[in-house]
Amino acid sequence: MQRIGVFVCWCGSNIAATVDVHAVAEAARHEPGVVFSTDYQYMCSQAGQNMIIEAVKEHHLTGLVICSCSPRMHEATFRKTAANAGINPYMVEIANIREQCSWVHKDMAAGTEKAIILAKAAIAKVHLNTALTPGESKVTKRALVIGGGIAGIQTALDIAEAGFPVDIVEKEPTIGGKMAQLDKTFPTLDCAACILTPKMVDAAQNENIRIISYAQVEEVGGFVGNFHVKIRKKARFVNEDVCTGCGLCTEKCPQKKVPNAFNLNMDNHRAIYIPFAQAVPKVAVIDPNYCTMLKTGKCGVCAKVCTAGAIDYKQQDQIIEEEYGAIVAATGYNPISVEKFDEFAYSQSKDVITSLEFERLTNAAGPTAGKLLRPSDGEHPHTIVFVQCVGSRCAANAAKGKEYCSKICCMYTAKHAMLVRDKYPDTDVYVFYIDVRTPGKNFDEFYRRAVEEYGVHYIKGMVGKITPENGKLKVQGSDLIADKQLHIDADLVVLAAAIEPDKSARPLATMLTASMDTNDFFTEAHPKLRPVESPTAGIFLSGTCQGPKDIPETVSQASAAAAKVIGLLSKNTLKGNPCVAQSDEWMCNGCSSCANVCPYGAITYENKEFRMPDRSTKVRRIAKVNPAVCQGCGACTVACPSGAMDLNGFKNNQIMAEVDAICK
Amino acid sequence: MMKVSYFPGCTLKTKAKQLDIYARACAEVLGVTLEELPDWQCCGGVFNTSKDEIATKLSAVRALSAAGKAGQPLVSICSACHNVLKQTNAAMQNDSEFASHVNHYITQTGQGQMAPYHGETTVLHYLELLRDVIGFDKVKSCVKYPLTGKKIGAYYGCLLLRPSSVMAMDDPENPQILEEFIRAIGAEPVIYAMRNECCGGYMTLEEKSLAQKKSTAVLDNASSAGADLLVTACPLCKYNLDKNGQNPLPVVYFTELLAEALGIKEA
Repeated sequence: MQRIGVFVCWCGSNIAATVDVHAVAEAARHEPGVVFSTDYQYMCSQAGQNMIIEAVKEHHLTGLVICSCSPRMHEATFRKTAANAGINPYMVEIANIREQCSWVHKDMAAGTEKAIILAKAAIAKVHLNTALTPGESKVTKRALVIGGGIAGIQTALDIAEAGFPVDIVEKEPTIGGKMAQLDKTFPTLDCAACILTPKMVDAAQNENIRIISYAQVEEVGGFVGNFHVKIRKKARFVNEDVCTGCGLCTEKCPQKKVPNAFNLNMDNHRAIYIPFAQAVPKVAVIDPNYCTMLKTGKCGVCAKVCTAGAIDYKQQDQIIEEEYGAIVAATGYNPISVEKFDEFAYSQSKDVITSLEFERLTNAAGPTAGKLLRPSDGEHPHTIVFVQCVGSRCAANAAKGKEYCSKICCMYTAKHAMLVRDKYPDTDVYVFYIDVRTPGKNFDEFYRRAVEEYGVHYIKGMVGKITPENGKLKVQGSDLIADKQLHIDADLVVLAAAIEPDKSARPLATMLTASMDTNDFFTEAHPKLRPVESPTAGIFLSGTCQGPKDIPETVSQASAAAAKVIGLLSKNTLKGNPCVAQSDEWMCNGCSSCANVCPYGAITYENKEFRMPDRSTKVRRIAKVNPAVCQGCGACTVACPSGAMDLNGFKNNQIMAEVDAICK
Repeated sequence: MMKVSYFPGCTLKTKAKQLDIYARACAEVLGVTLEELPDWQCCGGVFNTSKDEIATKLSAVRALSAAGKAGQPLVSICSACHNVLKQTNAAMQNDSEFASHVNHYITQTGQGQMAPYHGETTVLHYLELLRDVIGFDKVKSCVKYPLTGKKIGAYYGCLLLRPSSVMAMDDPENPQILEEFIRAIGAEPVIYAMRNECCGGYMTLEEKSLAQKKSTAVLDNASSAGADLLVTACPLCKYNLDKNGQNPLPVVYFTELLAEALGIKEA
């Protein structure tokens, strides 16, 4: 029999104003097993905690019921108090008589009645509590960052600076991501490459960072502190340690017709190439789909001109296996395909381009060496129309576009419009918008400059139709403020395409057992209070894989994720949560129902030998819960048809005892 | 031989006979009999979007109900008829107030009292019959005289595709069904931006210059994209493009080309 102490908190007037706390303490005193009951103004204060410790000693209490605020608030506090008093922290139960009682009731009688019932339920439960001890596991002091854009680079740099080794896995041959493709950055208009490439070089030179480029994560096992990851490094047919990046091969290769993905296929490179001048690692790569040598066995020009002897036509994919304590997802975004939006004639005319293509067209390292020329005929465009929200805020047609706001388009469109007017004052520039959204430091000032100083025509309304005809783009749109239809003959149309998570994110989330929303953005553990952690322990989120973000926000989040990783890696061991699921192996029939509902991949199966009542042995398949991975959500206990699964600290009989106490 | 109920509509019996005659003959070759509904009446011409307008939608309900009684899908060809039938059917399914008014009327008044109707009949456009029931592959295999080398622009107009949630035939901004049809008869589809724009419609009666402007814009855009010929399913579109369009680009019904390809009609 437990010796239970009940402590009723007033919480100043928060509870005491609508709950008669003396009556609650008095009612609890008459419950079986309760040997001590009292009330106090602030139970969480030092004096209140001392009162609890004294009572434990004096009355030899074995279980505590604290009638106070939500366990989210002070459960940890009172567990510590219990430990200080010399009893197991898991012998404490909280009856929430504030958030779920005094705050929602106005009537003292009703509030008091409910508080008494909640106290009785907690008393009934604590009778069945058992001492629980959290398990411990060691922490591998190495982090994995998946994705080498600005988010991944910043996270890796911060972790490395704190002294922990970190690997960046990047699927392209170079790190840099989308930011490397941009021309200027808002709102300061400094060049993207000038601020990004030094960071890329820092990452390459940092002795704690290993860049695994042209690679993808294939398999993830283990749990927080102890992940085991398999990475496939694709064959680039060039020995990375030998190549000097001189680029001679990329000039001599006879296969010149390979679409240049870095320039969004607006020009071509050779079959052996370096994505861009500041690539990291600056190592050539052969595209096996175009290389004559790899396809027919005849050519070998690159091997002949390479003075370093770096070309290796026989190179194979390589599998790297490594242990990590923490994993950061930084898989980034892509613009959506705008081909579905045929009203904008993207697939009908070369002169309808996306904003990312526009970035390349104005970039000095782009296909036109920074001159803004029409892709169809290389002429200078005089009338340019920008269309915002192409595929964003598309609630009416979610199958085609995205319901959300892509967040960055208003600002980069203002940037594009301003830069065009600055460089080519003879152009007429129109921007069609639904709303202009520019919250951010110096953002609205920036947009207003585009309108007021640079004379960009901002038109509230959408474009309904673009008709390519006789070398012009006939733009039909509505001006909602003037309440009239507009017809503009444009030379170039730029579509601000919505952004979506990279396609690699969904399979990665499955491997990590990290949850995603319906748009395939990674879900954070708490939208406000834990924005850089996944609900899955040990998985962190950096950059646009969690939601649309601009560069400053991405970098902030990247550093925040790094701080969380550093916090985790600084620990030698991790204390687990002892309130985890446990399977009764005699009752389990190995049906897999629990593993199918487990969101964390904590349940595996094993074949175990049992001695049967007739002394024979039998091998049965049974469920095993990994306590380090289990988050104690309890889904498996509900799914289990034989009742073998139970959750420590919330066992079925404890829950039933609470229900009985409430219904009595 | 599969049988479907068929609603020709007034225009197909008068100005647009080619649309009707060849549609029936081609369907026979492709293994489907179009069974004309007995005593059908005008569809109403335009689907009146005001909710309390019941009377003009009754003849469409009668046609739908008659096809339902025969246990057959209802096929129509004229874009305007199809639009009215499909929208009326959707209203009978989803707008319970409208449906109860209509049912109150058709079950209690008139000579041929009818059973209540709630939108059970499947309404198909002739193009959907080709795509979803017969299959364009089958059409292709039945073609005797492919229209090889012909560059044909599909003209959808507006009634065939919109409102897209109700018509549910194709993507209203990037439709494919007529292009697939053009490929099936061996010709080359020409994509042009104005293919799903309005021809001017009934505006030709009130403000002819507007219909002229709209029709000319469609034809100019199609010819600048390289089309030799336009196909349509809509008699009103054909009228506007022929009479109001100031561009000599020829416009024919898609059933005429189908008949040519199947060897029913001399080219």
